[in-house]
Amino acid sequence: MTDADRPDTGNTEDTGNTEDLLRALAPQVLGILVRRIGDFGACEDALQEALLAAAVHWAADGLPDNPRGWLLRAATRRYADLARSEQARRRREEQVAREPAPGAVPARDDSLVLLFLCCHPALTPASQVALTLRAVGGLSTAEIARAYFVPEATMAQRISRAKQRLQASGASFAMPARDGEEWPSRLRSVLHVLYLVFNEGYTATGGARLHRTELSAEAIRLTRELRRTLPGEGEVSALLALMLLTDARRPARTGPDGELIPLAEQDRTRWDRRLIAAGTALLNRTMGDGKPGEYRLQAAIAALHDRALRAEDTDWPQIVCLYDLLEQLTGNPVVILNRAVALAMAEGPAAGLDLLAALDGDERLASHHRLYAVRAHLLDMTGDADAALAGYREAAARTTSLPERRYLLARAARLRRQ
Amino acid sequence: MPKFLLMVNHNNGVFDDVPMDEWKPEEVTAHMNYYDVLGRELAESGEQIQFMALADPRLARIVRSDGTTTPVVTDGPFPESKEVLAGFQVVDVESEARAIEIAARVSAVPGPGGVAIQQPVEVRQVMTEEGGDV
Repeated sequence: MTDADRPDTGNTEDTGNTEDLLRALAPQVLGILVRRIGDFGACEDALQEALLAAAVHWAADGLPDNPRGWLLRAATRRYADLARSEQARRRREEQVAREPAPGAVPARDDSLVLLFLCCHPALTPASQVALTLRAVGGLSTAEIARAYFVPEATMAQRISRAKQRLQASGASFAMPARDGEEWPSRLRSVLHVLYLVFNEGYTATGGARLHRTELSAEAIRLTRELRRTLPGEGEVSALLALMLLTDARRPARTGPDGELIPLAEQDRTRWDRRLIAAGTALLNRTMGDGKPGEYRLQAAIAALHDRALRAEDTDWPQIVCLYDLLEQLTGNPVVILNRAVALAMAEGPAAGLDLLAALDGDERLASHHRLYAVRAHLLDMTGDADAALAGYREAAARTTSLPERRYLLARAARLRRQ
Repeated sequence: MPKFLLMVNHNNGVFDDVPMDEWKPEEVTAHMNYYDVLGRELAESGEQIQFMALADPRLARIVRSDGTTTPVVTDGPFPESKEVLAGFQVVDVESEARAIEIAARVSAVPGPGGVAIQQPVEVRQVMTEEGGDV
């Protein structure tokens, strides 16, 4: 079995896996609840409390015979309590009472429906991310707040606002039709949310790094699940491949003190070959699926880097072509910066600098620190130390990332000492 | 418990004339690690509410609005950079004495040669919402 196919929640023999089990069950139980009751916000609150209760009881008494049924009963009871406490919800309470006794649990898994609901276009990306991690990922509000460095009250409010907004938008608990007009954009926003969660975890280097690495693992887990339910969607497989191929480099990406190490200087023996093999195999299976989407292109670039055992073995001309396609597809100016670097590696720094010169008038990038950083890097390659030094310092002043600032200042310092 | 705001400016104390890109890499690392250790310690003791470094003042904007017309947004401020806020932390501590103790730790962050940079740290108490008998 390849890494990409490994189920995440098979083994439930010891309590160490209770948390995994709960997180796998959370979206399934929430799906059933929302189907029965219809009130996503209240059902989600009820489930959160049931999860807490389960964590306590299961640790003390061991796993129940039917964990999903247990959770469903606990959440239903909790929902009924919540509903009872509000007159306005009396009608819904009666509706719950009329439902068949839990135990006859339908076999369907609504996790996918939930995921699409949490990534609904009525929500901002930040809200989509928070709601997805809680409702689909089964993380507690406190865990999500820690991962994003915001106070718990702020995150709780963001989640509750998102739920209200969903309600107000009239979003229904149903999958968008696979052949419908909406499908591509709805799938795209789901993939974007998973990508954001992954990156948030991957790019973390600082203080609370442990919590944030978990975000990458969670994104990979959710993307694996999504691929299991949508095996025919090439971009889903490609996104999973991209995550694995990127995550493979994590051990070499930072030094012992959390400092960033650029790709060219990484100790490639520390890359995770198992992840690279899994990601490459996944990517190869998407080949021939027609016109490549943005994740397939990005995964293909990652695979070319991963394949090179030494930095100088990198197939830069092919990477230039892939960035070219990616730029045409996304129109994202940051892609041009990456292409400039690849072009410089393939044909020399002058070619890269020419490409950057064409960006000078581009307002989207005019004050972007990466434009300064890339230019400084290319000037560094040409041997123009003074211009490179000024560029690194300018870029360092403009970045809002502490590890990046540290890296850019270190580059400047290196030039100064020469 | 009283809360205090601890502020540091773009003022590297006794090393104010030595920009950080002139420090040795290991000096920068030691400097960063010192903050990391302090941050972790205060997070674990439950005293830390916020610890934030601010982006360069070149990215700063000043906003003025009369509440009706379009707000006026200008770049800046660009006073002497050593007078601009570089970072702050908010701590929730037993006493002012403890806040000063933490501020002293911040001020003694090592610079070139492992020497404490003696960066000035401004300590301001945060007002509370609690009202006693009046």
